[in-house]
Amino acid sequence: MDFLRPRTWAEALDLKAGRPEATPIQGGTDVMVEINLDKGRPAALLDLTPIPGLREWSREGDVVRLGAGVTYARLIGELGTRLPGLAQASRTVGSPQIRNRGTVAGNLGAASPAGDSHPPLLACGAVVEAESVRGARLIPIGEFYTGVKRNALAPDELIRAVRVPVARGPQYFSKIGTRNAMVIAVCSFSIALHAAERRVGTGVGSAAPTPRRAVAAEEFAAARLDWQGRSPLDPEVARRFGELVAGAAAPIDDVRGRAAYRTHALAVLARRALGWAWADFRADSGADSGADGDRGSA
Amino acid sequence: MRVNLTVNGRATAADDVWEGESLLYVLRERLGLPGAKNACEQGECGSCTVYLDGTPVCACLVAAGQAEGREVVTVEGLSRGGAPPSGAGSAYGDGPAPAGVSGGSRTADDSGEGLHEVQQAFLDAGAVQCGFCTPGLVVQAHALLAEVDGVPADADIREALAGNLCRCTGYEKILDAVRLAAARLRPPP
Repeated sequence: MDFLRPRTWAEALDLKAGRPEATPIQGGTDVMVEINLDKGRPAALLDLTPIPGLREWSREGDVVRLGAGVTYARLIGELGTRLPGLAQASRTVGSPQIRNRGTVAGNLGAASPAGDSHPPLLACGAVVEAESVRGARLIPIGEFYTGVKRNALAPDELIRAVRVPVARGPQYFSKIGTRNAMVIAVCSFSIALHAAERRVGTGVGSAAPTPRRAVAAEEFAAARLDWQGRSPLDPEVARRFGELVAGAAAPIDDVRGRAAYRTHALAVLARRALGWAWADFRADSGADSGADGDRGSA
Repeated sequence: MRVNLTVNGRATAADDVWEGESLLYVLRERLGLPGAKNACEQGECGSCTVYLDGTPVCACLVAAGQAEGREVVTVEGLSRGGAPPSGAGSAYGDGPAPAGVSGGSRTADDSGEGLHEVQQAFLDAGAVQCGFCTPGLVVQAHALLAEVDGVPADADIREALAGNLCRCTGYEKILDAVRLAAARLRPPP
Protein backbone atom coordinates (compact mmCIF):
# COMPACT_ATOMS: atom_id res chain seq x y z
CA MET A 1 0.00 0.00 0.00
CA ASP A 2 1.14 3.55 -0.70
CA PHE A 3 0.38 6.62 1.35
CA LEU A 4 0.03 9.68 -0.87
CA ARG A 5 0.23 13.06 0.80
CA PRO A 6 -0.51 15.97 -1.54
CA ARG A 7 0.14 19.45 -0.16
CA THR A 8 -2.08 21.27 -2.64
CA TRP A 9 -5.36 20.58 -4.41
CA ALA A 10 -3.58 20.58 -7.82
CA GLU A 11 -1.15 17.97 -6.52
CA ALA A 12 -4.05 15.87 -5.23
CA LEU A 13 -5.68 15.90 -8.68
CA ASP A 14 -2.39 14.92 -10.32
CA LEU A 15 -1.92 12.04 -7.91
CA LYS A 16 -5.50 10.83 -8.40
CA ALA A 17 -5.08 10.99 -12.19
CA GLY A 18 -1.92 8.91 -11.96
CA ARG A 19 -3.39 6.50 -9.40
CA PRO A 20 -7.16 6.34 -10.01
CA GLU A 21 -7.36 3.29 -7.75
CA ALA A 22 -6.17 5.35 -4.77
CA THR A 23 -8.78 5.76 -2.02
CA PRO A 24 -9.18 9.35 -0.81
CA ILE A 25 -9.14 9.65 2.97
CA GLN A 26 -10.39 12.59 4.99
CA GLY A 27 -11.67 11.80 8.51
CA GLY A 28 -11.01 8.09 8.05
CA THR A 29 -14.23 7.11 9.80
CA ASP A 30 -15.20 4.79 6.94
CA VAL A 31 -11.89 4.07 5.21
CA MET A 32 -9.98 3.05 8.32
CA VAL A 33 -12.75 0.71 9.47
CA GLU A 34 -12.40 -1.19 6.20
CA ILE A 35 -8.64 -1.48 6.64
CA ASN A 36 -8.68 -2.26 10.37
CA LEU A 37 -11.23 -5.03 9.97
CA ASP A 38 -9.54 -6.30 6.81
CA LYS A 39 -12.67 -5.82 4.72
CA GLY A 40 -10.72 -4.08 2.02
CA ARG A 41 -7.15 -3.16 1.26
CA PRO A 42 -6.83 -0.07 -0.92
CA ALA A 43 -3.85 0.02 -3.25
CA ALA A 44 -3.10 3.49 -1.97
CA LEU A 45 -4.48 6.07 0.44
CA LEU A 46 -4.71 9.64 -0.80
CA ASP A 47 -4.68 11.82 2.32
CA LEU A 48 -6.62 15.02 1.71
CA THR A 49 -6.28 16.41 5.25
CA PRO A 50 -3.09 18.44 4.57
CA ILE A 51 -4.87 20.61 1.97
CA PRO A 52 -5.91 23.74 3.87
CA GLY A 53 -8.46 25.09 1.38
CA LEU A 54 -10.67 22.05 1.83
CA ARG A 55 -11.38 22.93 5.45
CA GLU A 56 -13.13 26.17 4.52
CA TRP A 57 -16.74 27.02 3.86
CA SER A 58 -18.12 30.20 2.40
CA ARG A 59 -21.42 31.74 1.52
CA GLU A 60 -21.74 32.32 -2.21
CA GLY A 61 -25.04 33.97 -3.02
CA ASP A 62 -27.84 31.61 -2.10
CA VAL A 63 -25.62 28.62 -1.36
CA VAL A 64 -23.09 27.61 1.22
CA ARG A 65 -20.04 26.11 -0.44
CA LEU A 66 -18.91 23.47 2.03
CA GLY A 67 -15.30 22.39 1.55
CA ALA A 68 -14.68 18.65 1.51
CA GLY A 69 -12.69 18.87 4.76
CA VAL A 70 -15.31 20.62 6.91
CA THR A 71 -16.16 18.26 9.76
CA TYR A 72 -19.62 17.52 11.10
CA ALA A 73 -18.63 19.19 14.37
CA ARG A 74 -17.85 22.44 12.58
CA LEU A 75 -20.97 22.22 10.44
CA ILE A 76 -23.05 21.89 13.62
CA GLY A 77 -21.24 24.73 15.34
CA GLU A 78 -21.01 27.16 12.45
CA LEU A 79 -23.86 26.42 10.03
CA GLY A 80 -26.82 25.33 12.14
CA THR A 81 -28.87 28.36 11.10
CA ARG A 82 -28.05 28.39 7.39
CA LEU A 83 -28.28 24.63 6.86
CA PRO A 84 -30.62 23.41 9.59
CA GLY A 85 -31.53 20.08 7.97
CA LEU A 86 -27.93 19.11 7.31
CA ALA A 87 -26.90 20.30 10.77
CA GLN A 88 -29.63 18.21 12.41
CA ALA A 89 -28.49 15.17 10.49
CA SER A 90 -24.88 15.90 11.44
CA ARG A 91 -25.81 15.92 15.12
CA THR A 92 -26.94 12.31 14.80
CA VAL A 93 -23.70 11.09 13.21
CA GLY A 94 -21.74 8.67 15.40
CA SER A 95 -20.29 10.27 18.50
CA PRO A 96 -18.40 13.47 19.32
CA GLN A 97 -15.12 11.81 18.33
CA ILE A 98 -16.59 10.74 14.97
CA ARG A 99 -18.13 14.16 14.33
CA ASN A 100 -14.72 15.71 15.04
CA ARG A 101 -13.31 13.81 12.06
CA GLY A 102 -16.09 12.84 9.66
CA THR A 103 -17.18 15.02 6.75
CA VAL A 104 -20.17 15.36 4.43
CA ALA A 105 -17.85 14.83 1.46
CA GLY A 106 -16.69 11.58 3.02
CA ASN A 107 -20.30 10.52 3.40
CA LEU A 108 -20.77 11.24 -0.31
CA GLY A 109 -17.61 9.39 -1.28
CA ALA A 110 -18.71 6.31 0.66
CA ALA A 111 -22.27 6.68 -0.71
CA SER A 112 -23.75 4.29 1.81
CA PRO A 113 -27.54 4.27 1.51
CA ALA A 114 -27.59 4.79 5.30
CA GLY A 115 -25.37 7.90 5.34
CA ASP A 116 -26.97 10.62 7.45
CA SER A 117 -26.03 13.52 5.16
CA HIS A 118 -27.87 12.21 2.14
CA PRO A 119 -31.55 12.86 3.01
CA PRO A 120 -31.05 16.56 3.82
CA LEU A 121 -28.80 17.03 0.78
CA LEU A 122 -31.58 15.58 -1.39
CA ALA A 123 -34.32 17.57 0.34
CA CYS A 124 -32.58 20.89 -0.18
CA GLY A 125 -31.19 20.21 -3.65
CA ALA A 126 -27.43 20.22 -3.05
CA VAL A 127 -24.84 20.05 -5.83
CA VAL A 128 -21.57 18.13 -5.64
CA GLU A 129 -18.48 19.87 -6.95
CA ALA A 130 -16.26 17.19 -8.51
CA GLU A 131 -12.89 17.83 -10.08
CA SER A 132 -10.13 16.04 -11.94
CA VAL A 133 -7.16 17.13 -14.02
CA ARG A 134 -9.67 17.18 -16.89
CA GLY A 135 -11.66 19.92 -15.21
CA ALA A 136 -14.42 20.60 -12.72
CA ARG A 137 -18.09 19.67 -12.99
CA LEU A 138 -21.21 20.09 -10.92
CA ILE A 139 -23.26 16.98 -10.16
CA PRO A 140 -26.83 17.56 -8.92
CA ILE A 141 -27.36 15.43 -5.83
CA GLY A 142 -30.21 13.53 -7.47
CA GLU A 143 -27.75 12.20 -10.05
CA PHE A 144 -24.94 11.48 -7.62
CA TYR A 145 -26.01 8.18 -6.04
CA THR A 146 -25.82 5.38 -8.58
CA GLY A 147 -26.02 2.20 -6.48
CA VAL A 148 -25.25 0.68 -3.11
CA LYS A 149 -22.02 2.44 -2.08
CA ARG A 150 -21.58 3.69 -5.64
CA ASN A 151 -21.59 7.24 -6.88
CA ALA A 152 -21.23 9.23 -10.09
CA LEU A 153 -17.57 10.17 -9.59
CA ALA A 154 -15.18 9.16 -12.36
CA PRO A 155 -12.12 7.21 -11.19
CA ASP A 156 -9.88 10.26 -11.49
CA GLU A 157 -12.28 12.66 -9.79
CA LEU A 158 -12.26 14.00 -6.25
CA ILE A 159 -14.98 15.85 -4.34
CA ARG A 160 -13.82 19.38 -3.72
CA ALA A 161 -16.92 20.85 -2.12
CA VAL A 162 -20.66 20.50 -1.73
CA ARG A 163 -22.91 23.41 -2.61
CA VAL A 164 -25.86 23.46 -0.26
CA PRO A 165 -28.66 26.00 -0.78
CA VAL A 166 -29.25 28.21 2.24
CA ALA A 167 -32.55 27.28 3.89
CA ARG A 168 -35.53 29.35 2.75
CA GLY A 169 -37.95 27.63 5.04
CA PRO A 170 -38.13 25.05 7.83
CA GLN A 171 -36.08 21.87 7.50
CA TYR A 172 -36.10 18.70 9.57
CA PHE A 173 -34.19 15.44 9.75
CA SER A 174 -35.45 12.38 11.57
CA LYS A 175 -33.88 8.98 12.04
CA ILE A 176 -34.72 5.60 13.54
CA GLY A 177 -32.11 3.81 15.63
CA THR A 178 -31.67 1.86 18.82
CA ARG A 179 -30.20 4.73 20.81
CA ASN A 180 -29.39 8.42 20.39
CA ALA A 181 -25.74 7.93 19.51
CA MET A 182 -23.53 5.63 17.48
CA VAL A 183 -26.44 4.57 15.33
CA ILE A 184 -26.46 3.63 11.69
CA ALA A 185 -29.92 4.62 10.53
CA VAL A 186 -32.55 1.90 10.33
CA CYS A 187 -34.27 4.45 8.14
CA SER A 188 -34.18 8.22 7.96
CA PHE A 189 -36.09 11.08 6.43
CA SER A 190 -35.51 14.75 5.74
CA ILE A 191 -37.87 17.48 4.67
CA ALA A 192 -37.24 21.02 3.43
CA LEU A 193 -39.99 23.54 2.77
CA HIS A 194 -38.99 25.85 -0.07
CA ALA A 195 -41.54 28.44 0.92
CA ALA A 196 -40.95 31.06 -1.77
CA GLU A 197 -41.41 28.48 -4.51
CA ARG A 198 -44.18 26.68 -2.63
CA ARG A 199 -42.26 23.47 -3.04
CA VAL A 200 -41.47 20.58 -0.69
CA GLY A 201 -38.16 18.73 -0.79
CA THR A 202 -37.66 15.25 0.63
CA GLY A 203 -34.90 12.72 1.14
CA VAL A 204 -35.25 9.09 2.22
CA GLY A 205 -32.30 7.24 3.73
CA SER A 206 -31.48 3.63 4.49
CA ALA A 207 -34.61 2.34 2.80
CA ALA A 208 -33.52 1.72 -0.82
CA PRO A 209 -30.31 0.83 -2.69
CA THR A 210 -29.52 4.54 -2.78
CA PRO A 211 -30.75 7.57 -0.90
CA ARG A 212 -33.65 8.96 -2.89
CA ARG A 213 -36.34 11.61 -3.04
CA ALA A 214 -40.02 10.83 -2.63
CA VAL A 215 -41.19 12.81 -5.64
CA ALA A 216 -44.87 11.87 -5.53
CA ALA A 217 -45.01 12.90 -1.87
CA GLU A 218 -43.30 16.22 -2.65
CA GLU A 219 -45.79 17.03 -5.41
CA PHE A 220 -48.76 15.96 -3.33
CA ALA A 221 -47.76 18.12 -0.37
CA ALA A 222 -46.85 21.12 -2.51
CA ALA A 223 -50.32 21.02 -4.07
CA ARG A 224 -52.26 20.43 -0.87
CA LEU A 225 -50.55 22.71 1.65
CA ASP A 226 -52.21 26.08 2.22
CA TRP A 227 -49.19 28.26 1.42
CA GLN A 228 -51.26 31.42 1.16
CA GLY A 229 -53.51 31.15 4.19
CA ARG A 230 -51.07 29.11 6.30
CA SER A 231 -53.98 27.19 7.79
CA PRO A 232 -53.22 24.24 10.08
CA LEU A 233 -52.06 21.02 8.50
CA ASP A 234 -54.92 18.73 7.54
CA PRO A 235 -54.19 15.42 9.34
CA GLU A 236 -55.34 13.55 6.26
CA VAL A 237 -52.77 15.38 4.13
CA ALA A 238 -50.06 14.52 6.64
CA ARG A 239 -51.11 10.88 6.70
CA ARG A 240 -51.18 10.61 2.92
CA PHE A 241 -47.81 12.38 2.68
CA GLY A 242 -46.31 9.74 5.00
CA GLU A 243 -47.88 6.98 2.95
CA LEU A 244 -46.40 8.39 -0.28
CA VAL A 245 -42.96 8.74 1.29
CA ALA A 246 -43.09 5.13 2.44
CA GLY A 247 -44.22 4.16 -1.04
CA ALA A 248 -41.10 5.71 -2.55
CA ALA A 249 -38.86 3.40 -0.54
CA ALA A 250 -37.64 -0.04 -1.57
CA PRO A 251 -36.33 -1.40 1.71
CA ILE A 252 -34.80 -4.78 2.48
CA ASP A 253 -34.65 -6.98 5.58
CA ASP A 254 -31.22 -6.76 7.18
CA VAL A 255 -29.52 -6.85 10.58
CA ARG A 256 -30.79 -3.40 11.49
CA GLY A 257 -34.45 -3.88 10.65
CA ARG A 258 -37.09 -5.56 8.56
CA ALA A 259 -38.39 -4.07 5.34
CA ALA A 260 -41.93 -3.93 6.72
CA TYR A 261 -40.77 -2.05 9.79
CA ARG A 262 -38.80 0.42 7.68
CA THR A 263 -41.83 1.11 5.50
CA HIS A 264 -44.02 1.66 8.53
CA ALA A 265 -41.47 3.83 10.32
CA LEU A 266 -40.84 6.00 7.27
CA ALA A 267 -44.51 6.85 7.02
CA VAL A 268 -44.47 7.93 10.66
CA LEU A 269 -41.24 9.93 10.33
CA ALA A 270 -42.49 11.72 7.24
CA ARG A 271 -45.89 12.52 8.71
CA ARG A 272 -44.33 13.96 11.84
CA ALA A 273 -41.60 15.87 9.98
CA LEU A 274 -44.17 17.55 7.77
CA GLY A 275 -46.11 18.50 10.89
CA TRP A 276 -43.05 20.07 12.54
CA ALA A 277 -42.03 21.92 9.39
CA TRP A 278 -45.51 23.21 8.71
CA ALA A 279 -45.92 24.40 12.29
CA ASP A 280 -42.66 26.34 11.94
CA PHE A 281 -43.79 27.79 8.62
CA ARG A 282 -47.05 28.94 10.16
CA ALA A 283 -45.09 30.54 12.99
CA ASP A 284 -43.02 32.17 10.22
CA SER A 285 -39.57 31.29 11.39
CA GLY A 286 -37.28 33.14 9.03
CA ALA A 287 -34.72 30.43 8.34
CA ASP A 288 -31.96 32.64 7.02
CA SER A 289 -31.35 34.84 9.99
CA GLY A 290 -27.72 35.30 9.02
CA ALA A 291 -26.46 34.15 12.41
CA ASP A 292 -23.82 31.91 10.91
CA GLY A 293 -21.60 34.52 9.29
CA ASP A 294 -20.29 34.25 5.76
CA ARG A 295 -17.21 32.05 5.92
CA GLY A 296 -15.24 29.75 8.14
CA SER A 297 -11.98 27.88 8.14
CA ALA A 298 -9.95 25.69 10.43
CA MET B 1 7.41 4.78 6.06
CA ARG B 2 8.54 7.15 8.80
CA VAL B 3 5.99 9.29 10.64
CA ASN B 4 7.12 12.38 12.55
CA LEU B 5 4.78 13.70 15.20
CA THR B 6 4.68 15.32 18.61
CA VAL B 7 3.35 13.09 21.36
CA ASN B 8 2.67 14.45 24.84
CA GLY B 9 4.84 17.45 24.12
CA ARG B 10 7.82 15.55 22.75
CA ALA B 11 8.82 15.44 19.11
CA THR B 12 9.18 11.84 18.07
CA ALA B 13 9.32 9.59 15.03
CA ALA B 14 7.98 6.14 14.29
CA ASP B 15 9.78 4.00 11.75
CA ASP B 16 8.72 1.09 9.56
CA VAL B 17 5.11 2.21 9.77
CA TRP B 18 2.82 0.32 7.43
CA GLU B 19 0.88 2.69 5.18
CA GLY B 20 -2.48 1.33 6.29
CA GLU B 21 -1.63 1.40 9.97
CA SER B 22 -3.62 3.45 12.47
CA LEU B 23 -2.33 6.13 14.80
CA LEU B 24 -3.47 3.85 17.63
CA TYR B 25 -1.10 1.09 16.51
CA VAL B 26 1.76 3.57 16.24
CA LEU B 27 1.14 4.85 19.76
CA ARG B 28 0.78 1.45 21.37
CA GLU B 29 3.15 -0.77 19.43
CA ARG B 30 5.82 1.58 18.16
CA LEU B 31 5.98 4.36 20.74
CA GLY B 32 5.30 2.31 23.87
CA LEU B 33 2.22 4.22 24.97
CA PRO B 34 -0.39 1.58 25.87
CA GLY B 35 -2.81 4.01 27.55
CA ALA B 36 -5.12 4.35 24.57
CA LYS B 37 -6.81 0.96 24.28
CA ASN B 38 -7.48 -1.12 21.22
CA ALA B 39 -10.97 -2.58 21.45
CA CYS B 40 -13.32 -2.27 18.49
CA GLU B 41 -11.05 -0.75 15.82
CA GLN B 42 -14.08 0.85 14.20
CA GLY B 43 -14.72 4.00 16.19
CA GLU B 44 -17.63 2.51 18.12
CA CYS B 45 -16.18 2.24 21.61
CA GLY B 46 -14.05 5.34 22.20
CA SER B 47 -11.41 3.37 24.16
CA CYS B 48 -8.65 4.77 21.96
CA THR B 49 -9.65 8.44 22.32
CA VAL B 50 -6.67 10.81 22.13
CA TYR B 51 -6.24 14.47 21.33
CA LEU B 52 -5.14 15.22 17.77
CA ASP B 53 -4.18 18.90 17.50
CA GLY B 54 -6.33 19.56 20.57
CA THR B 55 -9.43 17.71 19.32
CA PRO B 56 -10.50 14.36 20.77
CA VAL B 57 -10.61 11.64 18.10
CA CYS B 58 -10.59 7.88 17.86
CA ALA B 59 -6.93 7.03 17.25
CA CYS B 60 -7.97 3.81 15.50
CA LEU B 61 -9.58 5.84 12.70
CA VAL B 62 -6.63 8.15 12.07
CA ALA B 63 -4.26 6.75 9.47
CA ALA B 64 -0.74 6.90 10.86
CA GLY B 65 0.41 9.07 7.96
CA GLN B 66 -2.32 11.59 8.76
CA ALA B 67 -0.56 12.29 12.08
CA GLU B 68 2.56 13.50 10.27
CA GLY B 69 3.62 16.82 11.74
CA ARG B 70 0.71 16.92 14.13
CA GLU B 71 0.38 17.03 17.89
CA VAL B 72 -1.01 14.08 19.81
CA VAL B 73 -1.80 13.95 23.53
CA THR B 74 -2.66 10.60 25.06
CA VAL B 75 -4.04 9.77 28.49
CA GLU B 76 -0.43 9.43 29.65
CA GLY B 77 0.06 13.10 28.83
CA LEU B 78 -2.77 14.33 31.05
CA SER B 79 -1.14 13.64 34.40
CA ARG B 80 1.06 16.19 36.12
CA GLY B 81 4.22 16.57 34.14
CA GLY B 82 2.57 15.38 30.99
CA ALA B 83 1.99 18.11 28.47
CA PRO B 84 -1.51 19.54 28.44
CA PRO B 85 -3.25 19.33 25.08
CA SER B 86 -3.05 22.44 23.02
CA GLY B 87 -6.17 24.51 23.24
CA ALA B 88 -7.40 22.63 26.28
CA GLY B 89 -4.57 22.90 28.77
CA SER B 90 -4.95 26.49 29.83
CA ALA B 91 -8.09 25.76 31.77
CA TYR B 92 -6.13 23.48 34.06
CA GLY B 93 -3.24 25.71 34.97
CA ASP B 94 -0.82 22.86 35.52
CA GLY B 95 2.21 24.79 34.40
CA PRO B 96 5.00 23.50 32.24
CA ALA B 97 6.32 19.98 32.44
CA PRO B 98 9.10 19.57 35.02
CA ALA B 99 12.58 19.16 33.62
CA GLY B 100 13.55 15.60 32.95
CA VAL B 101 10.03 14.33 32.54
CA SER B 102 9.35 13.24 29.01
CA GLY B 103 5.84 13.12 27.71
CA GLY B 104 6.27 9.59 26.54
CA SER B 105 6.78 8.01 29.93
CA ARG B 106 4.43 7.44 32.80
CA THR B 107 4.54 10.30 35.18
CA ALA B 108 2.09 9.12 37.79
CA ASP B 109 3.14 6.45 40.26
CA ASP B 110 0.86 3.87 41.80
CA SER B 111 0.00 6.13 44.72
CA GLY B 112 -1.96 8.26 42.32
CA GLU B 113 0.31 11.24 42.92
CA GLY B 114 0.46 13.49 39.91
CA LEU B 115 -2.81 12.34 38.45
CA HIS B 116 -4.99 14.87 36.74
CA GLU B 117 -8.22 15.82 38.54
CA VAL B 118 -10.22 13.82 36.02
CA GLN B 119 -8.10 10.73 36.59
CA GLN B 120 -8.24 11.09 40.37
CA ALA B 121 -11.99 11.58 40.24
CA PHE B 122 -12.43 8.32 38.33
CA LEU B 123 -10.53 6.52 41.10
CA ASP B 124 -12.36 8.28 43.93
CA ALA B 125 -15.80 7.76 42.42
CA GLY B 126 -15.21 4.08 41.72
CA ALA B 127 -15.71 4.70 38.04
CA VAL B 128 -13.12 2.09 37.15
CA GLN B 129 -13.70 -1.63 37.12
CA CYS B 130 -11.80 -3.59 34.48
CA GLY B 131 -10.30 -0.29 33.34
CA PHE B 132 -10.31 -0.93 29.64
CA CYS B 133 -12.63 1.93 28.75
CA THR B 134 -11.15 4.28 31.33
CA PRO B 135 -8.39 5.99 29.32
CA GLY B 136 -10.77 6.92 26.55
CA LEU B 137 -13.36 8.17 29.01
CA VAL B 138 -10.74 10.18 30.87
CA VAL B 139 -9.59 11.93 27.69
CA GLN B 140 -13.14 12.60 26.52
CA ALA B 141 -14.21 13.86 29.97
CA HIS B 142 -11.07 16.02 30.06
CA ALA B 143 -12.09 17.55 26.73
CA LEU B 144 -15.63 18.21 27.99
CA LEU B 145 -14.42 19.92 31.15
CA ALA B 146 -12.01 22.08 29.16
CA GLU B 147 -14.99 23.45 27.26
CA VAL B 148 -17.63 24.08 29.90
CA ASP B 149 -17.82 26.42 32.83
CA GLY B 150 -18.73 24.86 36.13
CA VAL B 151 -20.34 21.45 36.46
CA PRO B 152 -21.87 20.34 33.17
CA ALA B 153 -25.49 19.24 33.07
CA ASP B 154 -26.08 15.49 33.05
CA ALA B 155 -27.42 15.68 29.52
CA ASP B 156 -24.22 17.35 28.36
CA ILE B 157 -22.06 14.73 30.09
CA ARG B 158 -24.08 11.94 28.51
CA GLU B 159 -23.82 13.55 25.10
CA ALA B 160 -20.07 14.10 25.44
CA LEU B 161 -19.50 10.49 26.51
CA ALA B 162 -21.96 8.93 24.05
CA GLY B 163 -19.13 7.47 22.00
CA ASN B 164 -17.38 5.77 24.93
CA LEU B 165 -18.63 2.33 25.87
CA CYS B 166 -18.20 0.73 29.31
CA ARG B 167 -19.34 -2.84 29.84
CA CYS B 168 -18.55 -3.21 33.57
CA THR B 169 -19.67 -0.49 35.90
CA GLY B 170 -22.58 0.99 34.10
CA TYR B 171 -22.39 4.70 33.65
CA GLU B 172 -23.64 6.16 36.91
CA LYS B 173 -20.25 6.17 38.61
CA ILE B 174 -18.65 7.52 35.48
CA LEU B 175 -21.11 10.43 35.57
CA ASP B 176 -20.28 10.84 39.28
CA ALA B 177 -16.60 11.03 38.40
CA VAL B 178 -17.12 13.72 35.79
CA ARG B 179 -19.22 15.81 38.19
CA LEU B 180 -16.61 15.32 40.92
CA ALA B 181 -13.78 16.36 38.63
CA ALA B 182 -15.73 19.40 37.47
CA ALA B 183 -16.37 20.49 41.05
CA ARG B 184 -12.72 20.07 42.00
CA LEU B 185 -11.48 21.92 38.92
CA ARG B 186 -13.84 24.81 39.51
CA PRO B 187 -14.89 25.05 43.12
CA PRO B 188 -18.07 27.05 43.59
CA PRO B 189 -17.30 30.73 44.39
